[in-house]
Amino acid sequence: MKILVCVKRVPFTGGKMVLNADSTALETRHLGFTISPHEECGVEEAVRIIEAGGGESVVLTLGPAEAVEQLRDAMALGVDRGILLQTGGEEWDGEATAAAIVDAIRADEASSGPFDLIFFGNESADAGGYQVGLRVAYALGRPCATGLKGVKIEGASVRCEQDTGAGRDVYVLPLPAVVTVKEGLNLPRYPSVPGRMRAARKPVATFTPVRPESHLRLAKLAVPGGGGRRAESLGTGAAAAPAVVDMIRKAGLL
Amino acid sequence: MPSLPSHARAVVIGSGIVGNSVAYHLCRLGWRDVVLLDKGPLPNPGGSTGHASNFIYLVDHSKEMTALTVESVRQYRELGVFTQSGGIEVARTQERMQGLTRRMASGHSWGIDDISLVTPAEVRELVPYINEKIILGGFYTKGVGVVDSLRAGTLMREKAVEMGALTVSANTEVTGIDVEHGRVSCVRTMSGDIRTDCVVIAGGVWSPRLAAMAGARIALTPAVHQMIDVGPVPQFAGAKSDIEHPIVRDMDTNMYERQAGGDLEIGSYAHRPILYDPEDIPPIEKAALSPTEFPFTQADFAPQMEHALELMPEIVGNEKVGVKYAINGILSLTPDGMPVLGESSDVQGLWSASAVWVKEGPGTGKTLAEWMVHGESEIDVHASDAARFHEHQKTKAHIKARAAEGFNKTYGIVHPNEQWASNRDVRLAPFHEREKALGAFFFEAAGWERPFWYEANKPLLDEFGDRITRRTAEWESRWWSPIINAEHLAMRERAGIFDLSAFTIFDITGPGALTSVQRVTLRQMDVPVGRNVYTPVLSHNGGFKSDLTIMRLGEEHFRVVTGGAAGMSDKKWFRDHLAEGAQLTDLTSSMTTIGLWGPRARAILSSATSDDVSNEAFKFGACRVIDVGTVRVLASRISYVGDLGWELYVPMEQGLKLWDALWEAGKPHGLAACGIGVYGTTGRLEKSYRAHGNELETEYNVVEAGMTAPRVKAEDFVGKEAHLRHREEEPAAILCTLTVDDHTSKSGEKRYMLGKEPILTRDGKRLVDRHGRGSYVTSAGAGPSVGKHILMAYLPPERAKVGEQLSVEYMGERYPVSVAVVGSTPLFDPENLRVKGTEPVKTPS
Repeated sequence: MKILVCVKRVPFTGGKMVLNADSTALETRHLGFTISPHEECGVEEAVRIIEAGGGESVVLTLGPAEAVEQLRDAMALGVDRGILLQTGGEEWDGEATAAAIVDAIRADEASSGPFDLIFFGNESADAGGYQVGLRVAYALGRPCATGLKGVKIEGASVRCEQDTGAGRDVYVLPLPAVVTVKEGLNLPRYPSVPGRMRAARKPVATFTPVRPESHLRLAKLAVPGGGGRRAESLGTGAAAAPAVVDMIRKAGLL
Repeated sequence: MPSLPSHARAVVIGSGIVGNSVAYHLCRLGWRDVVLLDKGPLPNPGGSTGHASNFIYLVDHSKEMTALTVESVRQYRELGVFTQSGGIEVARTQERMQGLTRRMASGHSWGIDDISLVTPAEVRELVPYINEKIILGGFYTKGVGVVDSLRAGTLMREKAVEMGALTVSANTEVTGIDVEHGRVSCVRTMSGDIRTDCVVIAGGVWSPRLAAMAGARIALTPAVHQMIDVGPVPQFAGAKSDIEHPIVRDMDTNMYERQAGGDLEIGSYAHRPILYDPEDIPPIEKAALSPTEFPFTQADFAPQMEHALELMPEIVGNEKVGVKYAINGILSLTPDGMPVLGESSDVQGLWSASAVWVKEGPGTGKTLAEWMVHGESEIDVHASDAARFHEHQKTKAHIKARAAEGFNKTYGIVHPNEQWASNRDVRLAPFHEREKALGAFFFEAAGWERPFWYEANKPLLDEFGDRITRRTAEWESRWWSPIINAEHLAMRERAGIFDLSAFTIFDITGPGALTSVQRVTLRQMDVPVGRNVYTPVLSHNGGFKSDLTIMRLGEEHFRVVTGGAAGMSDKKWFRDHLAEGAQLTDLTSSMTTIGLWGPRARAILSSATSDDVSNEAFKFGACRVIDVGTVRVLASRISYVGDLGWELYVPMEQGLKLWDALWEAGKPHGLAACGIGVYGTTGRLEKSYRAHGNELETEYNVVEAGMTAPRVKAEDFVGKEAHLRHREEEPAAILCTLTVDDHTSKSGEKRYMLGKEPILTRDGKRLVDRHGRGSYVTSAGAGPSVGKHILMAYLPPERAKVGEQLSVEYMGERYPVSVAVVGSTPLFDPENLRVKGTEPVKTPS
């Protein structure tokens, strides 16, 4: 089995999103970066499948040179090698991103064999375009299921479970296939120290794709209102106890 | 949230462990209407306290730091937030093992109980998951532990609020601090203004920004300390408390590992120094975690993971144990590694409690509160005095350079005489080029480059032959040269010329000048014009605030000369006590000083001047202006090396001219350039002259130091009441001069103590006086003229007897010492004939 996971380097936002002065990007000066949470589950799933059945896992990202950190993060969890499609740091739209990834997949498959399964996050944590996985699947002519909370290899096919709210839709796709997954698919592990150390020595192939002219233009970002939810103090010390009990009762837990 | 009062007795800014402690202790000592502000939420406002690893090691080579830490632990225990775990500093190298014997000695000097050196097997018994095969041993301190510093802060706030003394206001950002006539007057916040004449800045990494609002500087820089948390650790499964195994400091890799519940926390001071500007700390709403938890930079931690894996492979190498949490925690570093405590020298009423870590937080809070309320603290914190910084030391470049250099020494083996490498050549004497030509080896003092010895004096080694003790042990040969002893003998036999440019010099002038100097000095200052007076400067409790020399140059004109290290603190002390109609003018950078001493000093000076410098015309204790060629020189007949001679003061730009004139005049007399090694150590110790910061601290009084004068002046002065009381009491300790009877170590090598070692009985028991103060070596050094290695120490009275047989602990062994002198009588020239100039002067050979 050979599996690819595609991840995106996104800002690690704590509580509040802060935009830069002209509202074209997140203010990242004080922020760290991470892999989108959906994709973390993709990485975990890929690692588990390879651990169980053997084979090779590969992690790919398109982003600035620093995005190699996210590749190392994934490799620390057990992914075998990385592919960095290095950009100048500007945001690529879904179409351009997908095209570059397709090229990279074709090149990699030409030299080291086809990927049986390709993971994407359902959508990135920052731009949220919901496009790249689908576009890649379409370009490669492979079946695709999206928004999955369950992925299971069954012989030459993959069983995909999609949460519908009222239950689960199940699709069985023949391999090779493309899946986009969501947080909750599994509980990603923490990297071990030996894993981190191994990750530092694992190979990363770097390519610099040419950015095609974008058909999308970013006008402006805005932070959603957030519904005005705020913490409410129920009091301090023992005096707060009745209010706490009341809240628990209201929540139907008593 | 209570609304802000419009007035306050004091406003404490910052509600981390330090601000909470200061506020609580101010209230405990009786202050009311105290306000504590923080821009963040409580109980964790987002500063360094919130992410601290919270463990406390007790032993530090600094007495001051150890005292603050021990006091903090006492308070943490009292608050019920201290969990004792024990702690082991492990050694991977022989050099470190030797370093650990020094930790033992410091522990004994400062009275830390239950410390021992342990074997690798014993370490493994205490820490069952350690790889004992890569260590040579450890230094175990039973009393090490972990605290809940946020809880401690909450408890202290609550106590102060209960007293009705404190108003706490969280989420209250300070926007300005007003200053009127050099004194704080108002704290402006987002939620209203508070009139006050007393502000305490306890803002941690934000402190410089807060101080800047009042136009003051606090010399610290935010810096990164990396920390990861791995778990769940099977060995800690079922842990009943936060910590059940000793904390390990892996000294040689600058790292620590501690249990934190079911996890292991690994911290490091080994990575490259990562410094920020206070302006780089994000506002709370822009921070991903807390404002002082920066994103982890994995690459900086890579070697540390390997080191942790080597030491604790069973945990760190476990594939199932994951890195759950990793941060670049921001903490405060200062250019000299000590906190910034006390009133600002820039603005009155603006106090700093900054660059304080969790381990010394409550002790610092108590100390600062005592200082604010009583004018003096129980623990002498002169090395942490906020006023200590010279101007260049407050620059961002200096702070960053020294903080970066100091960072990787956090667990370093730091020699007591180790010199800084960064930001040197800041203050140069006018004769600096001459000194360089003589091969000066420079030490730094207050930014001044001072020759410690001169390589050009190497031929003197042959001249004095076996009168010069050679050192074979590498440790005490470091930052030292036998040439120092040769220069010493050249001075004692002929004469020496000394660069004393590092003196801090200031004039007190005007109609209030006499009153001003009288009120801060022990000795009588109303002396005839043209006299110099060496005097202790006392604290309110009669301890030593400083000691210095004052020359009376006119009826209303006094010149104060003090050391570089204490210079800025002394200047603030004098300025704070100026009487009506007196001015203080700093002449440090206007005047330079040359010392000329030795039996031929008079012959040399008289050949360079037309003035009469005979003993009759220019007595000891006199000062007046003489001509040396075209240079007008203020000559002062005084000596810190115990020989005939003068301190010669001239305008800075004419210093070179004077140096050259004396050098020429000295040639026929065999004049030697002598370094501070002679001035500060060998010459001084042979004469049992006391030094501030060594023998003289606020914790000891004049009687104990053996510096009691027959009479006490009638005029009032700071510390007088206490001093009069001390004169009536039996001293609890007496400063003695000791000599080492046998230097031979077990391996047969001669070893020489460097200072701060514990003085013990011959069978190794600590000596403790009735105030609980242990005996330790306050100063140590060679006495080339007396052929002995000299130690000074305060001893309990029953031990302070000439011939008393004691021992000193050095590098894990005990060496026999004997009391040579009790009190201030020197070993060399006990009748002071040389200083008085009554000893016959040998003619040049």
